[in-house]
Amino acid sequence: MYDLIVIGGGPAGLAAACSAWDNGLRSILIVERDRELGGILNQCIHNGFGLTRFKEELTGPEYAHRFVELLSRTGVEARTDTMVLEVTLDLRVHMTGPETGYRVEEAKSVILAMGCRERTRGAIGIPGTRPAGVFTAGAAQRYVNVEGWLPGRRVVILGSGDIGLIMARRMTMEGAKVLACVEVMPYSGGLTRNIVQCLEDFDIPLYLSHTVTDIRGGDRVEQVVVSRVDENRRPIPGTEMLFDCDTLLLSVGLIPENELSERAGVEIDPRTKGPAVYENMETSLPGVFSCGNVTHVHDLVDFVSAESERAGAAAARFVLNGPAAGEPIALQNGFGVSYTVPQRVRPGNVEKAFNVFFRVNRNFGKSEIVVSRGETDLCRFKRDRLAPGEMENITVPVKLLEGASGPITVAVREV
Amino acid sequence: MVDVVIIGCGVVGAAAAMELSRYKLDVVIVERENDVAVGTTKANSAILHAGYDPKPGTLMARLNVRGSELCREYCAALDVPYRRCGSMVLAFSEKETETLRELLDRGVKNGVPGLKIISGDEARAREPELADTVLEALWAPSAAIVSPWEMCLAFAETAVKNGVELRLNTAVTGIDRRGDGYTVRTDRGDIETKYVVNAAGVDSGTIHDMAAPHSFDIKPSRGEYYLLDKAEGTRVNTVVFQCPTERGKGVLVSPTVHGNLIVGPNAEPSMPHDAATTAAGLAFVKETACLSVPKINYSKSIRNFAGIRANTGRDDFIIGVSAPRFVDLAGICSPGLTSAPAIGEYAAELLAREGLALEKKENFDFSRRRIRFKELSPEAREELVRRDPAYGRVICRCETVTEGEILACLHTPIPPVSVDGVKRRVNAGMGRCQGGFCAPRVVEILSRELGLSPGEIVKDRTGMNILVRETKGGEG
Repeated sequence: MYDLIVIGGGPAGLAAACSAWDNGLRSILIVERDRELGGILNQCIHNGFGLTRFKEELTGPEYAHRFVELLSRTGVEARTDTMVLEVTLDLRVHMTGPETGYRVEEAKSVILAMGCRERTRGAIGIPGTRPAGVFTAGAAQRYVNVEGWLPGRRVVILGSGDIGLIMARRMTMEGAKVLACVEVMPYSGGLTRNIVQCLEDFDIPLYLSHTVTDIRGGDRVEQVVVSRVDENRRPIPGTEMLFDCDTLLLSVGLIPENELSERAGVEIDPRTKGPAVYENMETSLPGVFSCGNVTHVHDLVDFVSAESERAGAAAARFVLNGPAAGEPIALQNGFGVSYTVPQRVRPGNVEKAFNVFFRVNRNFGKSEIVVSRGETDLCRFKRDRLAPGEMENITVPVKLLEGASGPITVAVREV
Repeated sequence: MVDVVIIGCGVVGAAAAMELSRYKLDVVIVERENDVAVGTTKANSAILHAGYDPKPGTLMARLNVRGSELCREYCAALDVPYRRCGSMVLAFSEKETETLRELLDRGVKNGVPGLKIISGDEARAREPELADTVLEALWAPSAAIVSPWEMCLAFAETAVKNGVELRLNTAVTGIDRRGDGYTVRTDRGDIETKYVVNAAGVDSGTIHDMAAPHSFDIKPSRGEYYLLDKAEGTRVNTVVFQCPTERGKGVLVSPTVHGNLIVGPNAEPSMPHDAATTAAGLAFVKETACLSVPKINYSKSIRNFAGIRANTGRDDFIIGVSAPRFVDLAGICSPGLTSAPAIGEYAAELLAREGLALEKKENFDFSRRRIRFKELSPEAREELVRRDPAYGRVICRCETVTEGEILACLHTPIPPVSVDGVKRRVNAGMGRCQGGFCAPRVVEILSRELGLSPGEIVKDRTGMNILVRETKGGEG
């Protein structure tokens, strides 16, 4: 019986396991399906990781290596090339791997750190033929950075998520011609720095409020049709532009990979598509915690690490001191907010302050983030601008909750 | 000189080949593509129809009802995913309730077992997601769902195991009558044969015209579909049809044997190989299906696709001897998949009438099994991984397909040469991420096992290369 089994050895799982060790657990297992620890960071060979956490610019593999190093100084056991197939309600973890074999391990606590997957052509329903040359941006990234093969020469990118933007630059540097980046929303889904460094620096046009409405070609993509969309994201007839290309990359969103969590009976928040969590990243199942992109999709790995460390510490506390106490207070979306993590806070379980991650649902200029409870405003945070592509992070002192009642609301107020 | 050349290895050609492989004959199947089951066979509703649609007295009626039974028997024997889940045809108006009675009447005449008309409430008791507007339904317990490409593969593999020669990447360019037989000309050389079977699907008209006077036109019809995630897979548990129109059997909503939900098709005239989906067609499918099952969640869609049916505008298949020792299995539109094994039987009968001697083999091998890791018990999985560690490595995480299963399919009688070929055999890439995760790994395995460069690995057909060149830092 393990104190803790961490499912996933990417940035979330690594940070969670290290933190659980630092907080006193001594029997910890990380299960990773790939042959190496590090998760998706291993194919993110560009830099820009770690600015917040390490105050320096690291590549993805370098960032992962820092945590793998930390982990190697602990007694945490890691099983790679092993995939978890099932977690049961009584915390029995079914796993399989060529060396591991098929086995079932018991645990006192479990941390879900499986990350996310990419939305596909089918999910967004692009009509047309089904030739070779349509890839998710992440699959293309793997081909280029891990396998050493270029998946196309003339490229259109649908979606301005960060992976799509990064791949626009990467494909260009490998000698491909990126003709356009097309975004259905009126704003980009990626970080501003990526728009500048990956598109503008290479003169790649960004078409906002546009989408791909047809894919043409027999064996290989020959052409894609791009149309402008109206405010309801419906293509406007007569606005078609034709791009002769051999490749379409899709960067149209990430979906937390929660099939295991759902089968285990963990409550899923339809807004984040990840487990609904308390202030300490505990899910609706006692002893099961969740962190990183399986909980909600982050844009900066630095925040994944911080969040996962909280999950690891909480798992340690759960195993060593027993279940967390306290009546939960719900957090809810106010004006301009599309989700919050955590979804519930137990004040009795918070020492001084709790973190709230959230995203806004459109671009805002100079604004205030207002946290209120019932009719009472608890605190405000000033921002020069807010964008859906950039996750917000605020810290709320727990003592402010006293004296007010009802759910906590996070809202945007333009000033 | 061989005894029989079969042109086309979709499910009809494969069924004919399997049937002929029971006998002491030299049989060759030629298939233009690099794999079997890649035309109409891979892109249809995946339904085995009970048999109340065809007009009584037609060949189609007889072959459908016989085929429905044979499919059940063959799928069990050859380990093909199959589920007899029953079907309903819904009526939304008084006029349509009359149509149900016509279908019932036809079904009874065709010998379809167990048909009955049930009330709207009874229909909703069986399928709670049906619309309130359903007045009545025709219930057909013998309708089933199947994996169409695996059924075709099972037939073709059985044929090959029993001595039939399959020539892939071989396109027929002409057919010359020579004395007592034919020369089938292909882009890979001529084949001398005594008999020819035309199972060329949407191209069966072209093949017919090479050997016999022009007598029919294939009018290809395109049907578009949505395939939805397993989360929607239990929205219905039986096949839900609407009343047929002159254009086809209408839009259906059905579970698949793989646990997904399929919705479609429309029916639009098309070019013979133009399996593109369209925004208008998909919108029509969505809107029409909504009448039967209003709450389908299309945000759970994982794929849309289109298939081409070899319609002819006639009420029957075009099956017969069109020239001496030349058998057409043409115009195989719906219910072609269901009828296929019966068409295979009938093809053998027609060839025998033309003088082909059918002498049974004593050692006909009618068995097929494959390991499906996902369906095994924990104990069986443990044992399997201990015996062969490759079964411990999950390659496709959505469908839980292991490297062992992929390696095994590369050693079947018809090994795959493409990523989609692997998908059709072991389901890798069929799930919600649509190969986003496993496709690079399948490319790696194919390249390693086939001794090819990754750049030579194709998505599906020959020419559909996935990768264009090594990166700047690459070798070579």
